[in-house]
Amino acid sequence: MEDSDHPQPQSLTDLFVSFTLLALQGFGGVLAVVQHELVERKRWLTREEFVEEWAVAQIMPGPNVVNLSLTIGARHFGLRGALAAMAGLLAVPLLLVLTLAVAYAHYGSHPYIVGALRGMGAVAAGLIIATGIKLASALKSNPLGIPACIALSAACFVAIALLRWPLAYVVLGLGGAGCVLAYRRLKP
Amino acid sequence: MSSAPVLALAWSDWLNLLAHYLALSLLSIGGAITTLPEMHRFLVDQQRWLSDAQFNASIAIAQASPGPNVLFVALMGWNVGINTGSMANAFVGALLTMTGILLPSTTLSYMTARWSHRNRHWRSVRAFKQGMSPIVIALLVSTGWLLASAHQDPARDWPLWLLTAATALIVWRSKIHLLWLLAVGALLGGFGLV
Repeated sequence: MEDSDHPQPQSLTDLFVSFTLLALQGFGGVLAVVQHELVERKRWLTREEFVEEWAVAQIMPGPNVVNLSLTIGARHFGLRGALAAMAGLLAVPLLLVLTLAVAYAHYGSHPYIVGALRGMGAVAAGLIIATGIKLASALKSNPLGIPACIALSAACFVAIALLRWPLAYVVLGLGGAGCVLAYRRLKP
Repeated sequence: MSSAPVLALAWSDWLNLLAHYLALSLLSIGGAITTLPEMHRFLVDQQRWLSDAQFNASIAIAQASPGPNVLFVALMGWNVGINTGSMANAFVGALLTMTGILLPSTTLSYMTARWSHRNRHWRSVRAFKQGMSPIVIALLVSTGWLLASAHQDPARDWPLWLLTAATALIVWRSKIHLLWLLAVGALLGGFGLV
């Protein structure tokens, strides 16, 4: 590796194990952990690359994190890489969630469990918010320019979080505007 | 669960379950969770394969378990199988719903990823990724906001909101491992402090 600033997954096993480990740390969603592990710790992607891949993964149908794992796996090892990353993300957590379903039938109503889930849910919400705030620094190099980025982000937040408009309209409307604007700003 | 239905499913019913999730897959833009209302209509209202309590528990358990949220889909198939009274059918149900929800979307997503990576220097591909960036970042913050604001009662739930805000601040400003924060959340919640 001549480029020590940008390490890469070493093998299919490395991909599978890495995605298994990060999936097992993700309570209430894996995205915060994916960003933390792949961008900040392993540095397979920069923040800018992560946001770009995330944009594609989010617009495609299907679970966003699964789509992201396919993209990252495919980039390094083609189809086999995509399958290894996706299998890592899903296999062990699937067995775990089925085990938990059996356990929940017995202990689900215990007040300690109910309270602990409440607390973890609140932390999970904070993790996702922080991930968004961190990734916002990737917008500094965006061709849209900082004022347009802030305006689009703020409008999107208001529409989705406060007004609760349907996702499809917001993504088509604001996202479409962003794409057209970016197309005009980018040099041909 | 006493209200859970007792089922006898034929081959055509299992195929129907698979087909329904295959169709939902391509509609699940923004994640499988966006098709939740349709899953409820199909499984609970139309087919009566799951009770309301089983439907809600499937989501709650998946949230509490590590891994992608899409695993709630597996639990729905699992519970349909459990309602036929057989553990083997439960595995079949989980396998069918997961295959259904993932196969079309991952195929499309994989091909798009390859295509957009091959053509990443095209002006239109770059414009799409860059133009969408502020939107997807705001969607992330919105998701966190919506999760936190599921707790509606400010007088009772303010410690939960404080915990969410403190977590966001700590993760943003420090490099602490995320699992520590989740453990703290579980302890605070478990002892009734939030």
